[in-house]
Amino acid sequence: MALLMRRIGLRHIYGVLRTTSASTLKTENETCTDCLRGRRTQFPVYQARRSFKIQSGPLRHGDYEWQDPKSEIEVVNITYIDKNGNRTPIRGKVGDNAMYLAHRYDVPVEGACEASLACCTCHVVVDDKSFDELPEIEEMEEDMLDMAPFLTPTSRLSCQIILTKELEGMELQLPKATRNFYVDGHVPQPH
Amino acid sequence: MASTVYGTCRCVMTAGTAFRQAGLSTFYHHTNFTSKFLSRQVTSSAPSIPHVCIVGSGPAGFYTAQHILKNHKEVQVDMIEKLPVPFGLVRFGVAPDHPEVKNCINQFTKTAQNERFGFIGNTTVGNDVSIAELKESYDAIILSYGAEDDRVLDIEGETLHGSYSARSFVGWYNGLPEDQDLKPDLSSDTAVIIGHGNVALDIARILLTPISILKHTDIAQHALEALEESKVKTVYLVGRRGPLQVAFTIKELREMTKLPDCKAILDPNDFHGLAAEIPNIPRPRKRLTELMLKTATEPPTTKETLTNKRWGLKFLRSPVKVIPSGDGKQVAGIQLAVNKLQKSGDYVKAIATDEIEELKCGLLLRSIGYKSRPIESSIPFDLQNGVIPNSGGKVSGCKGFYCSGWVRRGPTGVILNTMNDGFETGKALVDDINNGVLDISQSTSKGREKLLALLDKKGLVPVTFSDWQRIDELEKIRGEALGKPREKFVTVMEMLEAAFD
Repeated sequence: MALLMRRIGLRHIYGVLRTTSASTLKTENETCTDCLRGRRTQFPVYQARRSFKIQSGPLRHGDYEWQDPKSEIEVVNITYIDKNGNRTPIRGKVGDNAMYLAHRYDVPVEGACEASLACCTCHVVVDDKSFDELPEIEEMEEDMLDMAPFLTPTSRLSCQIILTKELEGMELQLPKATRNFYVDGHVPQPH
Repeated sequence: MASTVYGTCRCVMTAGTAFRQAGLSTFYHHTNFTSKFLSRQVTSSAPSIPHVCIVGSGPAGFYTAQHILKNHKEVQVDMIEKLPVPFGLVRFGVAPDHPEVKNCINQFTKTAQNERFGFIGNTTVGNDVSIAELKESYDAIILSYGAEDDRVLDIEGETLHGSYSARSFVGWYNGLPEDQDLKPDLSSDTAVIIGHGNVALDIARILLTPISILKHTDIAQHALEALEESKVKTVYLVGRRGPLQVAFTIKELREMTKLPDCKAILDPNDFHGLAAEIPNIPRPRKRLTELMLKTATEPPTTKETLTNKRWGLKFLRSPVKVIPSGDGKQVAGIQLAVNKLQKSGDYVKAIATDEIEELKCGLLLRSIGYKSRPIESSIPFDLQNGVIPNSGGKVSGCKGFYCSGWVRRGPTGVILNTMNDGFETGKALVDDINNGVLDISQSTSKGREKLLALLDKKGLVPVTFSDWQRIDELEKIRGEALGKPREKFVTVMEMLEAAFD
């Protein structure tokens, strides 16, 4: 509150000198000769808001994945395998987002766009059996996968994989690299 | 809490004489600033702790910082940014209608809140502080300042009224201070964009997207108002090679095909013979080519669009010269040479034939690539390729200097590519520290303390990350009033006022 009052106060002192465009901050253009109190009749209430969009699945930011399964009925065991072959078995639950599970268990999946289908950094290779159990891939996910290097026929974006009982035993292999500097698939020669 | 007047403050000079006229002493934001820094003083008492400085606060800088902080538990990282606001092209380059691409900012914010990280905004390297001065304060410097310039067509009439660089147009609608006064002429019905990359598609999309959609994005208000009055109905994207050589990606192309109230006018003849080649094309390009082919050969709908808006791709055309208007001052059209393709090893070249075409237009945008500038003569720079010569992120022949992002590998690729690049440079630095390759200064006076003292002595007031968060908060409040996620401050003065109040 003190911060707010201080801000309002200074705005008033500056008010005479500012030239703000008419379409924004309409209350600011008024010349202030009055005292500080009671000048602002409408000050919008600020609400913290993240600009965030998720294309499929429930709106969760990874909090859900930090909750342990409440009972054996909802347990889904999956395994992440990193590019060096290290296995990380994970005891997830129905409804978990595979990418956020990876984050919880320190599996190196980047997820730069936070599950909004605007990147391919969470690219994983799914084992054949589980791949068939996954829901049909959508166009937007395909478009992003186009940019992922080391693509395979069973590649998916892990941020679009929501665990179900049918995925029990699923193995997600991290690709050799998510690094490819060239958008057209060219691989630079080592130097 | 110090209350001494610090003398002439650059903040005051940047903000103009208004502050002085108001009779306010400049100490207000100084006390703010010093107390902020003193209270979050990070002790660097152990001389062996490495201090590194990153020049540039875009994705390259932040991903490099992220990697360093994660893989070395002691390094202190400072990030210098010339504007009062961070995030570089994520803020100023990504289109307003692609908010999900900007989600990486959340990760950058987490990085910035690491206690071993310091953001030093409103400070220009080469102007406020020299590379030599940075070298005195830091054990390593990472250059990730991106690409500020753009490539020119170098044709007659390129500087006529109505001809702009894509870079400045994007900066204009994204609120980049240096492009605020662009005032592009949107009064003609046809726009020609030279270039077949994602930037070209972004601009075409912004020119043709209904205002009802744009007005709920974080597009700069002055640009929104100008676009409301825009008469542009047809946008052509002109490229010198063929459909198999386009540089844009499928997501952006698909958005064009789904533009409300807008017709695609691709010429099926441009795709002659491609259907047969498609099965042999590797995946990234295959689906893209399929989509173009489908868009070009779909039977035309009988229903005309309500607004008569159209977009098209022209292939195998290179600009020869701008056709001026009667008074010689404005763009009235563009003369194009017709090309044919010639394979040259792995590369496909465009060779001009004698045929010439003309295309009428009143708005010409060149979107043929960004370009980096050398930062100071002491740092090697490859002028031909527009990059800092390096090996795996280590600047060639310059110990203690690294580079990442577009200034390292050239101005192409999306955030993903820069992320990998940033991680690689970060790794090179951490390896050098761990292997004793990097000389760590044993002085007790180095890093952030030393740099801030230097800036202070020069009368300069940097912007901290919490200052940026104040700017951020205010932008969101302003945006709320307009039904937008934020209303950006578009001048440095407004940003500083918001930061320091």
